[in-house]
Amino acid sequence: MKARRIPLTGLQFALTATCVLVAVLPHLPRLPWLFSIPILGLVAGRWLQRRRGAARAPSWLKLGLILLFPVLTVVHYGNLFGRNPGSALACAMLALKLIETESRRDARAAICFASFVLMSELLFDHGLAISFILFAALTLYLATLRALQSVAVPVPGASRSRLVADLRSASIGLAAAVPLALCAFVFLPRLGSPLWGVPSDAETRTGLGDSMAPGLVQNLLIDDSPAFRVTFDGTVPARSHLYWRGPVLWHFDGTTWSRPDIFASYGNVGRSLAEANRIGYQISMEPSGRHWLLALDVPVTVPTGAVRGADMSLVSRSRVDRLRRYHVVSALDYRLEPVLDPAHRRLALQLPYDFDPRARELAHRWRNEFNTTEGVIKAALGLFHERFTYTLDAPLLGRDSVDDFLFHTRRGFCEHFASAFTFLMRAAGIPARVVTGYQGGYFSNTGNYLVVRQSDAHAWSEVWLDGRGWVRVDPTAAVSPARVELGAGAAAGASAPWYQAAWLSALRNRLDLINRFWNEAIVQFNALRQQNMLTPLGIDKADYGELMTLLVVFSSVLLGLFAWWTLRAPQVPVDALDAAYARLCRKLSRAGLVREPSEGPYTYARRVAATDINSNTLQQLLAAYTRLRYAQALAPATAVRAFDQRVRALRIAVRPPG
Amino acid sequence: MQPQPVTTWSRVLARVERRLPALTRLKHPEALPIRLNRHRIYVLPTRFGLMYSAVLLVMLLGALNYNNNPALLLTCLLGAACYQSVFPAFRTLDRLVLHALRADPCHARDALRVHLIFDTGTRPRHDLCLRADLREWNFALAAGSGEATAIEFTTRQRGWFRPGRMRLSSEYPFGLFHVWSWINPEFAALVYPRLELHPPPLPASGIDAERASRRHDGDDLATLREYRPNDPLRNIAWKASARYDALLVKEYEQPSGQRIELDYAALPGLDREARIRRLASWVCMAEAAQVRYALRLPDQRIAHGCGADHRHACLRALALLPGHAS
Repeated sequence: MKARRIPLTGLQFALTATCVLVAVLPHLPRLPWLFSIPILGLVAGRWLQRRRGAARAPSWLKLGLILLFPVLTVVHYGNLFGRNPGSALACAMLALKLIETESRRDARAAICFASFVLMSELLFDHGLAISFILFAALTLYLATLRALQSVAVPVPGASRSRLVADLRSASIGLAAAVPLALCAFVFLPRLGSPLWGVPSDAETRTGLGDSMAPGLVQNLLIDDSPAFRVTFDGTVPARSHLYWRGPVLWHFDGTTWSRPDIFASYGNVGRSLAEANRIGYQISMEPSGRHWLLALDVPVTVPTGAVRGADMSLVSRSRVDRLRRYHVVSALDYRLEPVLDPAHRRLALQLPYDFDPRARELAHRWRNEFNTTEGVIKAALGLFHERFTYTLDAPLLGRDSVDDFLFHTRRGFCEHFASAFTFLMRAAGIPARVVTGYQGGYFSNTGNYLVVRQSDAHAWSEVWLDGRGWVRVDPTAAVSPARVELGAGAAAGASAPWYQAAWLSALRNRLDLINRFWNEAIVQFNALRQQNMLTPLGIDKADYGELMTLLVVFSSVLLGLFAWWTLRAPQVPVDALDAAYARLCRKLSRAGLVREPSEGPYTYARRVAATDINSNTLQQLLAAYTRLRYAQALAPATAVRAFDQRVRALRIAVRPPG
Repeated sequence: MQPQPVTTWSRVLARVERRLPALTRLKHPEALPIRLNRHRIYVLPTRFGLMYSAVLLVMLLGALNYNNNPALLLTCLLGAACYQSVFPAFRTLDRLVLHALRADPCHARDALRVHLIFDTGTRPRHDLCLRADLREWNFALAAGSGEATAIEFTTRQRGWFRPGRMRLSSEYPFGLFHVWSWINPEFAALVYPRLELHPPPLPASGIDAERASRRHDGDDLATLREYRPNDPLRNIAWKASARYDALLVKEYEQPSGQRIELDYAALPGLDREARIRRLASWVCMAEAAQVRYALRLPDQRIAHGCGADHRHACLRALALLPGHAS
C-alpha cells in the first residue's frame, strides 16, 4: 500500500523535535563548534519556522547542507568513519532530517534515526548518570511514537492531557519491557572479538600522564571523577601505605620529568626484590586511554595482559579504553634493588646541563656539610617543612623551575615538591627518581571498597640508599602531613575549588556506591563473566549455543506470561442492566412480592400496582427497565448506571398488613 | 472521525477479491453479535515496524561490537518495549463485540450513514480503523457497552444495501504492529429510490393543483392544536401561543377531496426507474405538503394516508420494486 502523507499536528511535531534534540544534546559538548552551532541553529530555526508558519527551507538549501556536512566531517576529522566523525555526521544529518519532517512517515524515520544517535552516545560515556538520562529518554521516544499513531481528530485544548496519557502508556510499556530486556541482556551472547574496526579514536581523558611538568597535574587535582576502585582481599592497609604506583619518571630536561622508553620492555626484577607483608586486591580501573595500570607499592604479581617494568610500574599491553578489572598482590614492606644496576644508577643521577645553578650549589653544600645520605634527605625535608606552603594555587615558574620554586615562590603542591626534592638529591649525588600515581582514597564501609579519584593524584620521590634499595620519600608529607592523612582537598584548604568542599566530597563518596554497582553489574558484564555466570547451575563455561538456548527459554517464558495476560478471559462481565434489575426484584421480594420466574417486567409491574407497596418510583423503575431493555439494541451505559443508582437508592416502605 | 481515501492498490486488491472469493476469509455474512477473538484476529508487523527492527538490529550490533553494555541494555529495553507492543495491539481487538448496526434513511446516490454499536467490555479501544467501501474511518471507543461509531457508504441504487465485508484494524500503541480482523455482519439497509432533482408539481388528480401550491394562504384556518415535533415553524401561531402557555400550531382544514393518488401506471413516457424516481419525489412532496396520498404500483396499492410511517411504507415499496432485469 502506498504510504499516505499524513501531516503532523503541532503536538506531534513538537514531540518529534524534542526527541531529536534529546538525541543530539549529549553529543554537543564533544562536537567541534563547526558542528554544534549549525545543529542547534537548524533545530531552533525549524522550530521557529514551524511555529510562525514561515516558508519552508528551499530544496537547494537542504541539498547544500546535506553535501556540506560530510565535507565538514572529512575536513575536520580526516575521514567519515569511526566513533567521533560518525557521531558528528549522524547528529548533523538528524538535525537535517528534522528540517524536512512534515508527515507522519518522516517523523517516524526521524525517531528511528534518533534512537540510533541516542544509543551511540553511550559508546562515548557509559556513566551511570548519562545512562539513566538516556533510558528515561526512551519514555519520550515511545510517547512520541504513540502520539504519532493517533490520527483521530485532535480535540482543541486537549493536547496537554493527550501528552500525559501518551507519556503514561509509554512508561507502562517501558516498565513492562524490563524483564524481557534484562533476560536478553544477560543471555545474549557477547562477541569475543569485535566484528569490525576496534575503536581506535584517540581520546583525551584526564588521567596520569607519561610525563610531569610542574603545573600539569593540577588539572588532575581538581577533577573529581573516580580513577579506580579497589576491593581488598583482606584488611585495608593504613592510609599512609596507600601509595598507588603509576609511571616512574627518570629523565629531567629542566622543565619536564619523563620516562625513558626502555623501561617499557624491561624484564623481571624479581630477583632483586625481597618482600614481606603481602596484600591482594582487585582493582577496577576507569578507562584512562593510556597503558598504565595502578598498583600499591610494590606489585609482586603481574596481572595478565600486562608487564612490570624494572621500576615496578605496571604497563598494560593494550590501552585501557574501557573499564578494566585486574587482581594484583603487592608487598607493603620490601627491599627493592638492593644492588643498583649501573645503568639505573646513571639514569637516576642524570641532571640537565646548565639549569638551576642555585639548587645544585645548595645540594653540594649539604653534601659537604652532612656527609651522609640520610643527613642530606633530612636537610631537604627540613627546608620544605620550615619555609614552604602547600597550595593548589601554585604560581608559574620561570626557566630555572627548581631554583624559582626553592628560592622565590615556595608555594606549590606534590609535583613541585617531588621535582625539587629529586633534583636536590641527584645534585647531591644520591640516585633518585620521581614516582607518580595516586595517594589515599575514600573507603566506603557500606560497599567495602576504596574509591580513588583523579583528585587523589600524587607525586613523590624514591631515593636509593645503600643496602636498603629504593626508599620512598614523600616531600609533600613534610610540608603538609594532612595531604597524606586526609587527602588533597583537605590539605588545599581554601585554595580548593568550591565543589571540593568537605560535605560535598563526603556526599559524592557515598553516592559512589551506586556508580560502583553500575560498573560491577552492568558495564563490566563481559563475555568471560557471562560464561562463568552459569557455573553454579553446573554449566561450566557456557558456550554460544547454551546461552542462546537459555535466551530462548527464558524469553519464551516471559512472553508466555504476557500472552496469558493478553488472552486471559476477563471477569465474565455481568450485564449491568440485568444486575440492576435483579437487585430491584430482590428488594421487591423482601417486601413480600416475589417475581414468578415466568413473569415479565410488564406483568410484574401490574401486579406491583395492585399491592400497597406500590409507589410512583417503583412503577417508574419498572417502566425504565422495560424501556432500557427492549426499546433499543443496547442501552447506553450512562442510562444503565443511572438506573442502577436509582435502584440502589430505592427504599420500599413495608406497611404492616391490615 | 475522518474518512481516509484509499489508494489504487487497495482498489486492485478489492477487485481481485471479488474475482477470487475463495481467497476471502469469512466471506459469508455472520449473524450479530460478532465477537472478535484470537481465532480471527491477524497480526503482522507494519512497514514501520520492520524498519524500526532493522534499526534496532544495527544498534544491537553496534553495542555488541563495541562491547558496550549500557548501550546494549538501552537497545534491549527499547527492543523489548517495541516487541511487547504486540500484546496491547492484540488487546485492542480481542473480545470486541459488534452488537448491532443501524442505518439512517437515505436515498440512492446519497451517503448512507451506518452506525455500528460495539460492546468494548471493560477497556477502551484506541486507534481503531474500519475500512469499508474503499474508505477508512478512524475512531476510538470508550470502555463500556453501547459505544457507537458511524461510517458512511456511497449508495448507487435503491433496494437493500449490504455493507459486505469490512476490515477492522488497529496499529495501537506505537504503529509497529498491524492487527486486523474481517467482519461481515448480516445486515442490510434499505435505500430509498433516488429523488428527482426538479420534479413536476404533484398531480392534480382529485384536488385543485392551484390550491395545493397555495395551501397555506390562511383563510381556511380551522383550529389550533399543540405543537408536535416536525411541525413547520411558519405554522406556529405565535400570538396565540403567547397567550396560551404552550406553543400552538395552526391546523388547516383539509377538505376531504384533498387526497391524491400517485399512480405508477399514470406516468407514461418514462422508463421504469424514472417513474420510480418521480413517484418517490412526489411521496416526499406530498408528505411535506401534508396531503393525504395513496400509491398505486403494478403489484400493490397502498391506501391513503399521511405521516412518517406511511411515507416509509410507500418509499419502501418503491425501493423494492423489481428492477429491469426481473
